[in-house]
Amino acid sequence: MKILVAIKPVPNPDEKVKIKGDGSGIVLDNIKMVVNPFCEIAVEEALRIREKQTGEVVIMTIGPKASEQQIRTGLAMGADRAVLVEAGTDLDSLAVGKVLAKVVEGEKPDLVLMGKQSVDDDNNQVGQILAAVLGWPQATFASKIEFAADNRKANVTREVDGGLETIEVTLPAVVTTDLRLNEPRYASLPGIMKAKKKEVKVIPLASLGVDTAPRVRVLSYAPPKQRAGGGRVADVPELVAKLKNEAKVL
Amino acid sequence: MADILVVVEQQEGVFKKNTLSAVTAAKVLAGLAGGEVDALVVGNGAGAAADAVAGTGVRKVLLCEGASFAKYLAVTYARAVAQIVKDRGYGAVFAPASTFGKDFMPRLSGLLDAPLASDIVGLEREGGDLRVKRPMYAGNAVGTVALVGSPMLFTVRQTAFDPAPAGGAKAPVEKVAVTVDAGGTTYVSLQETKSERPELTEARVIVSAGRGIKAQENFKMVEDLADTLSAAIGASRAAVDAGWAPNDWQVGQTGKIVAPELYIALGISGAIQHLAGMKDSKVIVAINKDEEAPIFQVADYGLVADLFKAVPELIAELKKLKSA
Repeated sequence: MKILVAIKPVPNPDEKVKIKGDGSGIVLDNIKMVVNPFCEIAVEEALRIREKQTGEVVIMTIGPKASEQQIRTGLAMGADRAVLVEAGTDLDSLAVGKVLAKVVEGEKPDLVLMGKQSVDDDNNQVGQILAAVLGWPQATFASKIEFAADNRKANVTREVDGGLETIEVTLPAVVTTDLRLNEPRYASLPGIMKAKKKEVKVIPLASLGVDTAPRVRVLSYAPPKQRAGGGRVADVPELVAKLKNEAKVL
Repeated sequence: MADILVVVEQQEGVFKKNTLSAVTAAKVLAGLAGGEVDALVVGNGAGAAADAVAGTGVRKVLLCEGASFAKYLAVTYARAVAQIVKDRGYGAVFAPASTFGKDFMPRLSGLLDAPLASDIVGLEREGGDLRVKRPMYAGNAVGTVALVGSPMLFTVRQTAFDPAPAGGAKAPVEKVAVTVDAGGTTYVSLQETKSERPELTEARVIVSAGRGIKAQENFKMVEDLADTLSAAIGASRAAVDAGWAPNDWQVGQTGKIVAPELYIALGISGAIQHLAGMKDSKVIVAINKDEEAPIFQVADYGLVADLFKAVPELIAELKKLKSA
């Protein structure tokens, strides 16, 4: 099975988010860029599928040349090769979906895997948009993927509000990954060495002929309302008394 | 501006209350930009859901029924909504930012080539332009967003908009016939998390547990406290990842966003992504033995204590209070 995995470089989510003084953006100086954690789960799943039934795992991303670093992370985990659509500016979800669709049309994979959302923009849109543009089935928020014996269909279990839903999709399809699908491996040292030699095909964005004019523009960023917390109680009786008499929630 | 459509979330004909917040957001847009608000129910045997939304002050309810809509599927629902939006020229579409809205609305965006703002918490007008507020970076930033083109699509964070009152005069229900094919997807099954307790996103009180609970069997204590308070039960990502709680109990940026009157966090350290899911609660109680835990910074009442001692004591005190 040939699997295309779309990944997104994001600022390290373990570091504190700082907003620029003028609200024009997020401070990214000295912040390490990493593979979006949900996308790492997608890479891991692709590798596990390949380990079970052979095939090829191709990473794709859209971004500046520097995105090659996160691509190498995926290659070091074990992906076979990669495609980088080189773009100077950030694209919105619709543009990303359309650009990815072009790459998919060229690569003709049996399955596209990607994270359900990126931890910077938190949009949760691109997989579904890609599926719509391609006219393919979609299965979002996957916590389990099982293939039919002939690989023409897959049963995907999805994390939904009421529990776990299973749907069957005909391949090719787009599947977006949720937290509990797997635990991604760390790249091994030999893996990192090998990754340096793997092919990263660079495609200039302009050569794809996609209209990427922004449809959703983030004009400014502001910190969220701060909560005045920090109150303490000494023991359980005081807690109950305060909940009853002060907060009046009991 | 053109009229506005709210897509109703329902399951087997049962109306989901998160739709009421989407109706409110749609009315805010109508107030800012003009247009009438209609509701759309897609389903099969979903007349009761149509009836429920008819009393929320919408102009009319469109009811799109058919065997192919008996079970929700992103492909069929997005196609049906896309056709209705195109046929009737709606200028904006709203849906709840639940796993329902988050699944089909981006697909609708792709089908209509229409901009979508996810998980919105506010709508404003600046000069002649619409501005949308939405959380980003796990709730660490609020973005002000502009959408270009029409129709504009929105998924609505339930906790950010008050539910529309549902008991008003009934708007007329109009049947719409749409035929779509399922495009290679089939519903197989739903393994529901069964519970006698209120739903997390609708509960007045939530008792939530994290890593500090240490083992699945200790959730019994959490359940006892929840029963005493008629509360829903939540969990941190750590507790869910450890397999102690089902996935749909997870509160946080990547789980459920909640804002109950009372949120009791037991043994939860307060990772940013958890705080993003509950910090709009009216009153927050934290019980944790680590006095440095970040959860205390957002808690109104923090108790530094061993929760295995404090929780049984709390249950006893609450029972005393009830019987007094």
